[in-house]
Amino acid sequence: MKLRIKLYASLTPYLPPGTPKNEAEIDIAEGATVQSVLDGFNMPEGLYKLVLVNGVFIPPEMRLSRTFVEDDVLAVWPPVAGG
Amino acid sequence: MAWTEKILRVNLTAGTCEAEPLNMEWAQKYLGQRGLATKYLVEEIDPKVDPLSPDNKLIFATGPLTGTCASTSARYSVITKGALTGAIACSNSGGYFGAELKMAGWDMVIFEGKAEKPVYLSIVDDVAELRSAEHLWGRSVWEVEPALKAESGDPQTRVSSIGVAGETGVLYACIVNDLHRAAGRSGVGTVMGSKNLKAITVRGTVGVAVKDPKAFLAATADAKAVLAENAVTGEGLPAFGTQILMNIINESGALPSKNFHDVQFEGAGKIGAEAMAEPRASDGKANLVTKQACFGCTIACGRISQIDKDHFTVVNKPEYWGASGGLEYEAAWALGAATQVDDLECLTYVNFLCNEQGYDPISFGATVGAAMEMFEEGVITTKETGGIELKFGSAEALTQIAELTGKNEGFGAEIGLGSKRLCEKYGRPELSMSVKGQEFPAYDPRGIQGMGLTYATSNRGACHLRSYTVASEILGIPEKTDPLETDGKAGLVKAFQDATAAVDSSGLCLFTTFAWSLDNFAPQIDAACEGEWTAERLAETGERIWNLERQFNLAAGFTGKDDNLPPRLLKEAAKTGPAEGKVSGLDVMLPEYYSLRGWTEDGVPSNQTLERLGV
Repeated sequence: MKLRIKLYASLTPYLPPGTPKNEAEIDIAEGATVQSVLDGFNMPEGLYKLVLVNGVFIPPEMRLSRTFVEDDVLAVWPPVAGG
Repeated sequence: MAWTEKILRVNLTAGTCEAEPLNMEWAQKYLGQRGLATKYLVEEIDPKVDPLSPDNKLIFATGPLTGTCASTSARYSVITKGALTGAIACSNSGGYFGAELKMAGWDMVIFEGKAEKPVYLSIVDDVAELRSAEHLWGRSVWEVEPALKAESGDPQTRVSSIGVAGETGVLYACIVNDLHRAAGRSGVGTVMGSKNLKAITVRGTVGVAVKDPKAFLAATADAKAVLAENAVTGEGLPAFGTQILMNIINESGALPSKNFHDVQFEGAGKIGAEAMAEPRASDGKANLVTKQACFGCTIACGRISQIDKDHFTVVNKPEYWGASGGLEYEAAWALGAATQVDDLECLTYVNFLCNEQGYDPISFGATVGAAMEMFEEGVITTKETGGIELKFGSAEALTQIAELTGKNEGFGAEIGLGSKRLCEKYGRPELSMSVKGQEFPAYDPRGIQGMGLTYATSNRGACHLRSYTVASEILGIPEKTDPLETDGKAGLVKAFQDATAAVDSSGLCLFTTFAWSLDNFAPQIDAACEGEWTAERLAETGERIWNLERQFNLAAGFTGKDDNLPPRLLKEAAKTGPAEGKVSGLDVMLPEYYSLRGWTEDGVPSNQTLERLGV
């Protein structure tokens, strides 16, 4: 299954080599969870905080069970703020 | 102690400058800056006064920790009755001016009356005098600041001034210090212009004393360590600045676009932090040049950028080729997403114009968005705009209108009225995305429910800086709450409002609250100021300030009916994103909010509440 993934700010370098800007389409296994996809990018623990699927925040305790369906978008940020 | 216990009162009508003692009883109740200056204003003006009459007053106020070695101790505020809103106005600025004013030995400067001819106020420690500014009238902030530094003969002189927008009555004119830091909202610069006051220059060498220097050094060092070790204030904000929010808020379905017609903007990726840092195709350089900190700040969230010299906005205009302040998120949203202009270089240029001539990019961009909607509906035509094709997405139109608004000329003079008056003039009041006459900032209340209540109840009109529940609802600070839920938001908004009012009265920056709670502020204030300052007392002080501001607005003629949102946000559901199908749940949140505040069903503080708080 294809998944669109967006890694922002300091996470962008963890995208596959040659990825233009901060968005890539990757192949994931059926039944892959949010956490298993995140683990595949080898980002150090604590580097990412905001994990959104289709714009909805997925709390840490749900990342082990939340799976994907076609056209889902996973977007991830480190701890940031503004205003 | 950290208050200088000295006020400078400047009567512009009489041309006098006199020192007087600070009311220390009030300082114990209202702390400083926002709270204390509001107390002075409430006691000294008729709430029904015309904001632009000589009877309105304009107060530049520091906090007790302004100018100290605490982190982010740059802040000062300008308090007055707002020209845009007719409500209490308090606009906060960083940079270096506020700390210099405090180090000159002044807690605040109160301006009253109106000068017969343009003047500026010169302060060098305890010597203050009014001087002619006739040679500066008609000149921009960017011309006035170097000219006055040169006149002072001291390169360390700091300047706070208005541009042509403030002189000519743009209703959301700013007061700008250090070239690009601004007391930006509610038209405080318009009030300054109405008094024929062009600028304040200040040089301070007195310094700031604190109650217990040893304890203060320890408390501020501890607090700085918290900022440094926090992932947001220690890494995220300095590395990416406020503009990192553009893609987050867009992805969350809460980025208002096309005058709040939409909640997501296709061009968001072209105008956010990532785009600023990316080398341009045209010249290989990034828009972003570096970051910049205000006085005493250990975060450094500010952005400094540079426009491509070949971009259409600045061709043959070398005065705009240098690096200057921005873009910050709110300005990028208002100038970009609200108008659907996704040209980063154009937005940078227009933001430079806002700083140069001193007008608020939030109210300006949002008003242009409303005008664009009316243009596309045929309510406004090229006859009114002077030939400008004011269509959504047009960088050329945005540029032309910005150049006119800065000088209050042509159709820019109508944009300078703000969206409320503009939309009323053309018979479409419902298209003004404002509360109490002030335009919304960059968060859609349908996608972030707490912000709807925040806007509706903000004492200075729609504003994100009165209770930034985005921190909790989107960013998870201090704890994550669901942005689409209304449950619990009344309490969240009240807690944020009270804490923010206390922080805004301290002299420190609100951005520290991404890492600090009031438990981190209290030991710093307690070590600096006379009196026992605990987190609980700070929260109560904030609540007292909030109720004092509310009382002013009620006396000025506002009622609970003004705690409302435009019909678009209450009736037109979000079309995309997580909030698809949702409207603002203000009707659910507002009664609970009034109850938690100890106000009547009509939004009036009860006698019991006022007595409890000593208002």
